[in-house]
Amino acid sequence: MADQPTPSPKPSAGAPSPPRPPKPEDLLKPVPLDSELLKRLRERFADAIGEAILDRKQAIIKVSSAPLLEICRYLRDDEKFDFLTDLTALDWPKRERRFDVVYNLYSFPKNERLRLKAEVAVSQKIASVASVWGAANWLERECFDMFGIVFDGHPHLKRILLPDEWQGHPLRKDYDILKQDTDWVRENLHIESGQ
Amino acid sequence: MPDERPWTATEETVLGADEIILNMGPQHPATHGVLRVKLKLDGEKIVGSECIIGYLHRGVEKIAEHRTYAQFAPYVDRTDYVAAVSNGLGYVETVEKLLGVEAPPRARWVRTILTELQRIASHLLWLGTHALDIGAITPLFYTFREREEVLKIFEKYCGARLTTHAFRIGGLQYETYDGFEDDVRRFCRDFYRRVDEYEALLTENRIWLGRTKGVGILTIKDAIDLGATGPILRASGLRWDIRKAFPYAAYSEFDFMIPTGTNGDTFDRYMVRMEEMRQSCRICQQAIETIPAGPIMAKVGKVLKPPPGEVYHSIEAPKGEIGYYVVSDGTVQPYRVRIRPPSFINLQSFDKMVKGMLVADVVAIIGTLDIVLGEVDR
Repeated sequence: MADQPTPSPKPSAGAPSPPRPPKPEDLLKPVPLDSELLKRLRERFADAIGEAILDRKQAIIKVSSAPLLEICRYLRDDEKFDFLTDLTALDWPKRERRFDVVYNLYSFPKNERLRLKAEVAVSQKIASVASVWGAANWLERECFDMFGIVFDGHPHLKRILLPDEWQGHPLRKDYDILKQDTDWVRENLHIESGQ
Repeated sequence: MPDERPWTATEETVLGADEIILNMGPQHPATHGVLRVKLKLDGEKIVGSECIIGYLHRGVEKIAEHRTYAQFAPYVDRTDYVAAVSNGLGYVETVEKLLGVEAPPRARWVRTILTELQRIASHLLWLGTHALDIGAITPLFYTFREREEVLKIFEKYCGARLTTHAFRIGGLQYETYDGFEDDVRRFCRDFYRRVDEYEALLTENRIWLGRTKGVGILTIKDAIDLGATGPILRASGLRWDIRKAFPYAAYSEFDFMIPTGTNGDTFDRYMVRMEEMRQSCRICQQAIETIPAGPIMAKVGKVLKPPPGEVYHSIEAPKGEIGYYVVSDGTVQPYRVRIRPPSFINLQSFDKMVKGMLVADVVAIIGTLDIVLGEVDR
């Protein structure tokens, strides 16, 4: 059908050729984050704000653990990140400060997500944000339970999923998947071999 | 000034002359699993509470680090085991985002239909058991009758009723069976009348009103502060739903409403969930008429190796926001999978809801939270 009105899929010779679509791998590469929010944060907290990237269109900002509480208060009150969606941690055993504490924030007024990451070493404590977002209470307890990260100023820091007397923190990378607190299991469950 | 800290029995055992400690669970029919609650009572009034959880902890997040991306998919069904389809959708969409692929339209439509049917099934289970806890035995028989129909559709589609593993990373494994559309149409056609029947049993029932109105109030400020999501947040008055805020699957194509409450009490949460079932039914009806033809699987490799990076993706599960935070280090196994469990975080509001209530209300409040302990403990 030569005279069909809809444009043919082939581009005509005169029209500029459409830009080549980027390769799928390139789309997944993190790019530096550039936003007004980041500028305001840098202005206010200067060196405490580290690298900021956009990974798969999601904003991630690394922050220093020292003024964490002030940054979180600022984000909640001035930037309206009023909802702590999730709080968790990552373990990178080869790093000097091996844990990343990850805060997934959400803002109802802006409909926007933001992820904060704070590095912390095994011997170090990190400020509890339970006074900023009440949801952090149990989430920090779970983090303490699974990774052994101590949250300073938490109202009630104790294990939440594992028994109180349990030894070890299972989500650390050096905790083997078959490992368990055999003494506790023998004593409380009366199972000799464990597995 | 009231002490705002969470109270624990071990903490110096500060009991007044009239106060006692009551232990509830972990083996208790009204706690819907193995939840243990310690209550501090002044007469019959509750002055403090503590939830003790972890009896069902299986270390799902640790297991994830030792499985490939595809191998881990069936495990998420076992967290919230009465809404396995929703969990599965959240996980496969997260990995798809990590890989940079998108499921083809037909797969997204089928996913939407099954997930909405799952929401109905989950809410029906909640309604039946919640009413049973409060003393209305009859609704259970009706709700399980309809839930059975939904489970039959799942069974015909993928062979399983409960832990379905219905979706695959990249789309669907199975094409819909012959008669799928008719089954869904028939179910939806009858379902509005069924919801009206449940409402006829409960909504204006004086006992029901007495047991739910003004019980377990959660203000909007507390709900946001404590991270509550799903029907609990909406019953407190915030019109927020991930299906609208960050549309996934095919939700942007359909017309549906987000019901909200005003008082944030048990009755409002009941009304919100009832209306949600009708809206889910509406979505199914629209989706089944517009379901496109075409492939059901996107192009994904046999070996899934997402480029290094991380992604957080969440969907509106029946219980609230179920989120997955997956970190890839470029190998075939995820470096970390974090499940954001709606039940776990919603359960934090329990202490706020229960203070000042009577012992009998505890059962109503646990029911209205709609928790599944498999998800709380993971």
